[in-house]
Amino acid sequence: MTLAKINDDILNTLRPPSATYYAAVLLAVSALSLGLAAFLHQARTGLGVAGYEHPILWGIYITDFVFWVGIAHSGTLISAVLFLFRARWRTAVARASEAMTVFAVATAGLFPIIHIGRPWFFYWLIPYPNERELWVNFRSPLIWDVFAITTYLTVSAMFLYLGLMPDIAAARDKITDWRRPIYRLLSFGWLGSNKQWRHYTALYGFFAALATPLVISVHSVVSWDFAMSILPGWHSTIFAPYFVAGAIFSGLAMVITLLVPMRRLFKLEPYITVHHFENLAKLMLATSLIVGYAYLTEFFIAWYSGSPFEQGTFFDRMFGQYWGYSWMMFTCNVILPLLLFWKTVRTSLKALFVMSIFVNIGMWLERYVIIVTSLSHDFDPANWGGIYQPTWVEAAITVGSFGMFFTLFLLFIKNFPAVSITEMKEAVGHSPKTETSEIV
Amino acid sequence: MTQPVVELLGVFPCCASAASAVRSIRNEQLGELVVYSPTPDHGLDTALDAPVSSVRLFVLIGGLLGCATGFAFPIYTVLEWPLITGGKALISIPPFVVIAFELTILLGALGGMAGFLWLSKLPRITGESAPDKRFTNDMTGITVTCSPEQIESVRTCFERTGASEIRELP
Repeated sequence: MTLAKINDDILNTLRPPSATYYAAVLLAVSALSLGLAAFLHQARTGLGVAGYEHPILWGIYITDFVFWVGIAHSGTLISAVLFLFRARWRTAVARASEAMTVFAVATAGLFPIIHIGRPWFFYWLIPYPNERELWVNFRSPLIWDVFAITTYLTVSAMFLYLGLMPDIAAARDKITDWRRPIYRLLSFGWLGSNKQWRHYTALYGFFAALATPLVISVHSVVSWDFAMSILPGWHSTIFAPYFVAGAIFSGLAMVITLLVPMRRLFKLEPYITVHHFENLAKLMLATSLIVGYAYLTEFFIAWYSGSPFEQGTFFDRMFGQYWGYSWMMFTCNVILPLLLFWKTVRTSLKALFVMSIFVNIGMWLERYVIIVTSLSHDFDPANWGGIYQPTWVEAAITVGSFGMFFTLFLLFIKNFPAVSITEMKEAVGHSPKTETSEIV
Repeated sequence: MTQPVVELLGVFPCCASAASAVRSIRNEQLGELVVYSPTPDHGLDTALDAPVSSVRLFVLIGGLLGCATGFAFPIYTVLEWPLITGGKALISIPPFVVIAFELTILLGALGGMAGFLWLSKLPRITGESAPDKRFTNDMTGITVTCSPEQIESVRTCFERTGASEIRELP
């Protein structure tokens, strides 16, 4: 494997796309359009078109918000945490994961705005000098969220762009079509001089070091949106690590969901090998076990607390009106991933792809269960009867969020190198005898 | 009157031979050199005896500024606009730690990025490539700016260390 071959193979993914790619984009854009139409309907009509009813005033939108923030996390795990641990196998999957992070956070960031009812006033959340005689409350976890998500999006986007800069320069020097001036602009005039590389590697290391505590803080802050309240089912000290583990678990599943078709579509088999998927599967298994342990701990603490409200909430969660969601969540997130103990499952891309879909569903349901069952079973028994019925608007906006995420991802992988050319070359080194399968 | 200078380019198929050339040119003090490579390379850094990047200072300054802002901004504004909630103290340090932490990361990263761009002299508005487009592909290049008398020594040095192509830049 030579450096020129790596360069050519990865830049070949930017060639005019196949019909399959166009079909995927069409599907994603259709979903996005549906979501946009539903959002416009809600903006015109009012938040009443969503299925909120007292006491369940957080529903699918907040579920979607937590889900998408969670999806982002594994991207940072792969690009930053594994970089610090010098795990060489991350090279092949880091770029797609980083891009996934940025697009997932961008998607997540829309949901608090969709949820607030009057989305055109979303900027009131940002503290800046104004004459409204209103000011944010810095003691509120919701404001911490604004700071955490904004920081996460900014740092992730810069991290992605920094890694892309030399690769865009490689595209600029190779591609001759109408995109060349765009690559020329986006490459910032990158030369690849020794001085530039020295500052680049230093900053890349710092970004990894900054992103690692950041990723832990972001989902901790998201979990405190719930844990800082006194609601049974939410008021829990394990929420931060529980949410972070769940976030990485769901994100890894999404990485597999994205990489399996991308690898096939772009013929990246020599670069993204079964070994990479097996490593992702091992990480998924580890985080699944942590998530399963957290589920059981929650139940144990509810019983051990002696609080009838806490016990009631958790009993209701598994045997009440939402029992189906809870058991499905438990099956998808804890039972099914146990199959990953078998190497044959870990090395079968079909099995992994199917499992990743189930884990995505399970983790979405986890957030739904945490939010809705806890709200529906508060301190007032008079509230316990109602069932939250999401409307078509909420469903369409959720579908739209998937559409937005996949549209952005599909556009990215067709216009930018989906595997880091620089890191792949660096891993192979300047020895032409090295095979990419050795980057493990 | 300034000395006339020429710029000679050597193209190398691998970083190891380019590193040997760098060492020779530096030992013989043949001129100012710039190395272009498709990836960062520790061997080249060692040969160039490159100092540690100052990007870390920008990250540190940005981080400290972010941390200070993260505490100072909420404290100043809660005192200016008192909003007592839940009987909590106006200056509640634990919640402000979250703001300070996030701003430490944010400004540290922004500072680092600004420092990187400034130190690397980016963005270059012209957006032109390195002297040879192969330097973003698979080749390593060295340009040496030297006096006309030294050009032959540089050329010999390039040839000895395995340059696949040597040419004078306009």
